[in-house]
Amino acid sequence: MEVHTLLLSRLQFSLTIMFHYIFPPLTIGLGALLVIMESTYMVTKDPRYRAMAKFWTKIFAVSFAMGVASGIVMEFQFGTNWATYSRYVGDVFGSALAAEGIFAFFLESGFLAVLVFGWDRVSDRMHWFSTLMVALGAVFSAIWIVVANSWQQTPAGFHIVGEGIRARAEITDFWTMVFNPSTVHRLLHVLIGAYILGGFFVMSVSAFYVLKKRHLDLARKTFVLGLIVATIFSFAALVSGHFQAVTVSDTQPAKLAAFEGHFHTGTGGSPMTLWGIVDEEEEAVKYSLAIPGLLSWLVSGDASKPITGLDAFSEADRPPVSVPFYTYHLMIALGMYFIFLCLLAWFFYWRRTLFATRWLLWVFVFSVVGPFLANQGGWVAAEVGRQPWIVHKLLRTSDALSKVVRAEQVLASIVLFAVIYIFLFLVWITVLNRKIKAGPGDELSEVEPDSEKWSWIDAAAVRAAPGETSMTGATAEPAERKGS
Amino acid sequence: MDLNLLWFGLLGVLLTGYAILDGFDLGVGMLHLRARTDLERRIVMNSIGPLWDGNEVWLVTFGGALFAAFPHTYATAFSAFYLPFMLLLFALIFRAVSMEFRSKRDSTTWRRAWDVAFFGASGLATFLFGVAVGDSMMGLPIGPDMEFQGDLLDLLQPYGLLVGVLVVTTFLMHGSIYLYLKTEGDFQARIHAWMWRTFSVFLTAYIITTAVTLATIPHAISNFTQYPLASVVVLLNILAIANIPRAIYHKRPFYAFVSSAATIAALVFLFGMALFPNLIYSSLNADWSLTIYNSSSSQKTLGIMRNIAFIGMPFVLAYTTIIYWTFRGKVDLGKFSY
Ligand code: HDD
Ligand code: HEM
Ligand code: HEM
Repeated sequence: MEVHTLLLSRLQFSLTIMFHYIFPPLTIGLGALLVIMESTYMVTKDPRYRAMAKFWTKIFAVSFAMGVASGIVMEFQFGTNWATYSRYVGDVFGSALAAEGIFAFFLESGFLAVLVFGWDRVSDRMHWFSTLMVALGAVFSAIWIVVANSWQQTPAGFHIVGEGIRARAEITDFWTMVFNPSTVHRLLHVLIGAYILGGFFVMSVSAFYVLKKRHLDLARKTFVLGLIVATIFSFAALVSGHFQAVTVSDTQPAKLAAFEGHFHTGTGGSPMTLWGIVDEEEEAVKYSLAIPGLLSWLVSGDASKPITGLDAFSEADRPPVSVPFYTYHLMIALGMYFIFLCLLAWFFYWRRTLFATRWLLWVFVFSVVGPFLANQGGWVAAEVGRQPWIVHKLLRTSDALSKVVRAEQVLASIVLFAVIYIFLFLVWITVLNRKIKAGPGDELSEVEPDSEKWSWIDAAAVRAAPGETSMTGATAEPAERKGS
Repeated sequence: MDLNLLWFGLLGVLLTGYAILDGFDLGVGMLHLRARTDLERRIVMNSIGPLWDGNEVWLVTFGGALFAAFPHTYATAFSAFYLPFMLLLFALIFRAVSMEFRSKRDSTTWRRAWDVAFFGASGLATFLFGVAVGDSMMGLPIGPDMEFQGDLLDLLQPYGLLVGVLVVTTFLMHGSIYLYLKTEGDFQARIHAWMWRTFSVFLTAYIITTAVTLATIPHAISNFTQYPLASVVVLLNILAIANIPRAIYHKRPFYAFVSSAATIAALVFLFGMALFPNLIYSSLNADWSLTIYNSSSSQKTLGIMRNIAFIGMPFVLAYTTIIYWTFRGKVDLGKFSY
């Protein structure tokens, strides 16, 4: 019975958090892009940037609503399913959640109203300010929830009072709790992941418009903007990911061993496994391609120093290996793919044929799936790699359950959540699809066709498609260009 | 200063803010199907369009603050109310998305379906809040280990259901007055009649609930002997209720709205009085109750959170004022509306 409740509660938590986490990176990423678009408008007063921002605001709003709806579930899940955990960590974790409510959610939800409904009600300056506040609010909420999560990965600034079932963590030093060893790296990495998604998302839609020869002027500019953001943050992810891995090897060596499928400590330098198939029974990674000594070198700077393997931990303290291994490798492979793809796009951009290279544009249309997967994969690796602990080395996931909740109840709620989430996901996709198909036509019609001002994104976009003079994209474009 | 007491008070403030603000949202939602044409329904939804999300954050913050200040209460209550809470979450999810999605397509079936979802979700959420309040008034079967020992039937007692009805009628009244403020013309004239009807239903429910509470829940009023000054709130409550029909009659809808907000505030206060110093009263043995002292976080955390709250509150009030000011006046449907 216990076992079932545990399994089901874990399943339920994975389902609800993974569904929730489809939306936050999108709203964080798009929020930042909206700020850039509106700031460009404020500086250049070119109404086309206003049109651009208006269009993306609509997409943003639909996704934001989904984030809110699924987020409320998260807030209450700790109490419903993980009551023992809540008693244990409330003193530490609760204040982060409360701070999130007070500092972040009020800011976000309040100014969201102005952002979405306020175009005709407030001045440009006030609208710009509201957009900035919404983007900032999203970052604040990421900060606090990541603080809470990082604390359970690398607890700090607390002491344990009471014993047995009454034992709980109490804060001794608030700032040490906030800046526990993994907070900063995790926060940066999470935000970077969100900005990559934002970049790829606008590139995907813009590439689609370019391919369909609609709203060309706007689409090109948005594409280049997305490309700049995605390129910067794809490189940043690699750097910040490296620092994360170093922190993990220091604070949660069992997790790093699971990421790498590193079963035996051995002697001499540890290899970095690029891919392979995990066999947990035989404690080996089969058909693997590994670079000798690289893991040791990356983590410690010394290619011959062994890295702790799973055999250094007792059976009961080892995380599962397959799930973290595959999801971690998926994330990294995707990270490399993003870097490659962005560089490829810049190459064609430099050759001035980017917007005529149709196959590449199609690749971008579909590549938006990548950052979603990488973000999910990263979390799954980090969370499953932390098992069997819910709070690292302090509380086991199996001890953290609600004592009074029964398996049937959890099962019933999972079924309901699953049905509702599938349904909502489909509705979200449908509505998004319609909005994208409808395009920014309405917003553009407000813009006079012959505004002459130029800005940095303009200049960049035109460079990528020389010879184009149309500024509105409303007119038909000549068919295929050179290079395709 | 007694931090436990302070946090009991601050949670009261958050709950009051939530009940007043989301109260009219939920009320508007429950009245939604009474609007006839598509235009009217869009007006109804857009009357709360820019505001509902901010209002709901009061609940989210209440949840976060309860978790942080009284983790045992948070854990016990939420695991005890497992299924009702899941239902509540479904209701809140559907409410949020039905507003966002309804007007995104022209199809009548599409819009009807979301209309019904919006109405049903608002009604269900309101009722469940009421039941939870009623159950807390009565007390729950809490054992010596702070864990709930009952089952679903313990949560569906007649008293809980009665308070559920009271809260539904209160929010209906509150919502109809709000809608009256936000509308014009014929539609507003019809809402005038709704205000009277919802007020009389509310009054009936209020009188019955008060009588039943006085008769069957002795611990709910025992605090008044200790703190006689609190009786002033009872008096204010009655005055506020009496002022609602007066203001409606004199065509002063704004005063009616303020009065119904005051009524809600008074009801939350009385709820707090009934509980104090318990947060969850144990119906098995009063000594096993979770109080503001035995279920709280450490003094250090309560102190940190006090600082967080005092830094944050002025900002929250500022944003709330800005948003309500920006969206003051009658609903006007534009390109960006739902
Ligand atoms: C890195 C970012 C991040 C992560 C890991 C999470 N969230 Fe989230 N959450 C956000 C970033 C975010 C956001 C960007 O701030 C959202 C998404 C869309 C939105 O409306 O705000 C949000 C919305 C949101 C809401 C609704 C707020 C409102 O009503 O406006 C709640 C209650 C939560 N979240 C709670 C949680 C909990 C308890 C989580 C952990 C288990 C969690 N979120 C993970
Ligand atoms: C920042 C907030 C958090 C995020 C983004 C997050 C993310 C995730 C993700 C993506 C998974 C999926 C793993 C899988 O598929 O198995 C997961 C699993 C899980 N998380 Fe977290 N988590 C967060 C906080 C928490 C908290 C506070 C708890 C404590 C209750 C928790 C407990 C769990 C549990 C029990 C699982 C299931 C593990 C398993 O399936 O092996 N997580 N989390
Ligand atoms: C390119 C190389 C990358 C490396 C080396 C890397 C490394 C890591 C590591 C080591 C972790 C685990 C941290 C922990 O458990 O404490 C992690 C987690 C994560 N990664 Fe990556 N990552 C990379 C790319 C990406 C990309 C491209 C994305 C998203 C677009 C991403 C999103 C995430 C997320 C959301 C998490 C979970 C949160 C966290 O623990 O930080 N990563 N990454």
